[in-house]
Amino acid sequence: MSVTFPYLQVAGENSTIIYFGDFANAEISAQVQHCADLITGELGTALIDLVPSYASLLVIYNAFEIDHLAVNKSLKKILSNAVEAKNDDGKVVALPVYYSPESGPDLQSLAANAGLTVAEVIAIHQSQEYRVYAIGFAPGFAYLGEVDERIAAARLATPRQKVPRGAVAIADRQTAVYPAVSPGGWNLIGLCPQRMFDPEASPTMPVGVGDRVRFEAISRDEFLALGGEL
Amino acid sequence: MSLKVNQAGMLSLLQDTGRYGKHDIGLTTGGPMDATAFKWANRLLANKLSATAIEVTVGGLELAATVDTFIVVTGAKVPLTINAVEKTLWQVHAVRVGDIIKLGFATEGMRAYLSVAGGFKVAPQFNSTATVIRESIGGLNGGPLKIGDILPCDAANSIKPLKLAEYYQPKYNQEAVLRVVLGYQQDSFSEHQQWRFFNGEYTVSASCDRMGFRLQGAEINCDLNGILSEGICFGAIQIPADGQPIVLLNDRQTIGGYPKIGSVLSIDCAKLAQLATSGKVRFKAIDIYQAQNLIHLAQSQFLRAPMEQC
Repeated sequence: MSVTFPYLQVAGENSTIIYFGDFANAEISAQVQHCADLITGELGTALIDLVPSYASLLVIYNAFEIDHLAVNKSLKKILSNAVEAKNDDGKVVALPVYYSPESGPDLQSLAANAGLTVAEVIAIHQSQEYRVYAIGFAPGFAYLGEVDERIAAARLATPRQKVPRGAVAIADRQTAVYPAVSPGGWNLIGLCPQRMFDPEASPTMPVGVGDRVRFEAISRDEFLALGGEL
Repeated sequence: MSLKVNQAGMLSLLQDTGRYGKHDIGLTTGGPMDATAFKWANRLLANKLSATAIEVTVGGLELAATVDTFIVVTGAKVPLTINAVEKTLWQVHAVRVGDIIKLGFATEGMRAYLSVAGGFKVAPQFNSTATVIRESIGGLNGGPLKIGDILPCDAANSIKPLKLAEYYQPKYNQEAVLRVVLGYQQDSFSEHQQWRFFNGEYTVSASCDRMGFRLQGAEINCDLNGILSEGICFGAIQIPADGQPIVLLNDRQTIGGYPKIGSVLSIDCAKLAQLATSGKVRFKAIDIYQAQNLIHLAQSQFLRAPMEQC
């Protein structure tokens, strides 16, 4: 099936999803962010929520105020007039990670499947900066990309019921730090002691969409000294 | 002035209609799993429909009143007593200082709603009182009610004693037909796979909670293994690689990377939320126009259903 981006698709009874592409890059991400701003202005009080992601934008609206056809008409207008998006680089945030089979139960299987040693996987994961493409799934869950192809790994066939807070994980070419205990299907390779979401703190999150993140390996002792729990 | 928690029950949560506009920092909506029963609990007391009430899962809640007020319990069929005197659900009851309100365990349905005149007076977090345990946000301390909790509410002395006629009350049995708005990656499920999905019977598994209901039945295969993570709306049906559908509900993650065939209508999610383990589910495909007609119809039926004087 060949499609022309961007295009609209029904998501649910009061939501439409806009697809901007079928891969992630900084340019598409900037387009998503730009359209999110325009839609906020256009729909006003009829807008309930927006979920920007790598290459899509979910628009949730009040179906008692505006219907499917009217929403799509507005969205098409915005898309046809867009998209001169700006591609600002955000701040760079360094996050410490204790990489080990003890803290990352999928580290060894990921390395074996990739034909690499555990040390190589750890080195590759730290070797670059990642862009924050989206925040979601859970409070403070920042989706980071793009992971080096050599350590990309498919999600688990059956998601885990319980992934610990701080788990550093890979799914396909995405990486992330789980901000709280939750179910999840990503491959776990380490633990980060830093809180990714704290409703009492200001700001509530150390990163925002558009920022860049670098991972830095720490030892078990450093992890524990920083308040990490095993 | 409050209702004090003597027994918290299996899982009792303060909820308003939910937390909206915060998906950008990853906050989910929360709110009542059965929004229909929740709204009735508030409407019978002439509260705002979004007033904070208690969602009681399965039952076992006991409250002591330190205020003169009125309550209503709707939703799952739970034995309700005030000072050991049996009371009817879907009906306004007066309570006086010192009264003991008890909800037993549900015999039909899974979730009951207890509202109080004026709603519980709890400070909102991120504009809502909805409790989401996974996020530790909302309610009193981001968690379920526990023994000794004080649930503040105002005194009330004149409320019309209304009830909802039995004819208008939802019936909770162990089956539900869930209408599905086709969408998202529907085109990546072959005709054959869609046929299996919409003609199969699915069973409610033991892995069901406020995040989502995992169902068991005919395995559904998608042409895609995974997708770029994208926003998930209420009721979205995710099909992971094991082919068993998960209907994502109030406490769902806001973003995920499993393919989705469409989304269950909100008013049918309310029915799903009342099913216990081993309940049976069938899916029926509808389009977006039918979906929007159906939710308007349901809203109009809700607003027009007559309430009777007790």
